[in-house]
Amino acid sequence: MLKLNALLAGLLFGLGLIVSGMANPAKVTGFLDLAGAWDPSLALVMAGAIGVGLAGFGLAKRRTVSLLGAPMQLPASTVIDRKLLAGSLLFGIGWGLAGICPGPALVAFSAGAPQALVFVLAMLAGMALHRITAGRR
Amino acid sequence: MTIDWSAFTPWSALIGGALIGVAASLLALGNGRIAGISGIVGGLLAPQRGETAWRLAFVGGLLAAPWAYRLVAAMPRLQFDSSWGVLIVAGLLVGFGTRLGSGCTSGHGVCGLSRLSPRSLAATLAFMAAGFATVFVVRHLIGG
Repeated sequence: MLKLNALLAGLLFGLGLIVSGMANPAKVTGFLDLAGAWDPSLALVMAGAIGVGLAGFGLAKRRTVSLLGAPMQLPASTVIDRKLLAGSLLFGIGWGLAGICPGPALVAFSAGAPQALVFVLAMLAGMALHRITAGRR
Repeated sequence: MTIDWSAFTPWSALIGGALIGVAASLLALGNGRIAGISGIVGGLLAPQRGETAWRLAFVGGLLAAPWAYRLVAAMPRLQFDSSWGVLIVAGLLVGFGTRLGSGCTSGHGVCGLSRLSPRSLAATLAFMAAGFATVFVVRHLIGG
């Protein structure tokens, strides 16, 4: 059941990325280009997602066991440190450069875009690089 | 600032966004997990017992989405404007940055803000600001 639920969640998440336009890099950079011809659509994607998410996570936060009997493992950390901010800044630079973040990258890759394949391979390499360097510290 | 009304798609944005919210809520309520793509994929690179199956299932669903969409309608065009070199640099930054910062648009932006987490708000403000600044530099300082 847990696997089936995760599969369904992934499928709905991916469909949401396609329907909303987030899977299209040109749409994302159109939103990030405040000084150009600005497309505000992605602000509404966030509004729609968080509007629903506030209810879902509001319920989830009050539980210690999930509806399917799994332990709730929502993050407990409240630390805002240099790692969080530096990582987010690096991510934002990459996001702005290509208009692609991890979810849309996987969806566009599966849709057959060769650019997304290259991006995903580079992204996995970046993640592996972090794992190697974090292990050394 | 000028708004590009011809590109503005408020309804599909809201509906697609709501779908993302439903998906994230489903994973939280059913599996007790955060639908953070970078975290889920990153966890697959360092597999731990009991931690792999649900991640693979979620990623499988994500990868199935374009195929499911095609059963109902033609896939919308995905427009990539970056060169191969930029795609590689961007991918490396996104992969490294999301692991260092413990999340991306989904984990911090959608799930974190829905949880009202100050930590995720800080992360989201940081990557949004960097995204806006990067596009400004690329399009209007270098390219302009």
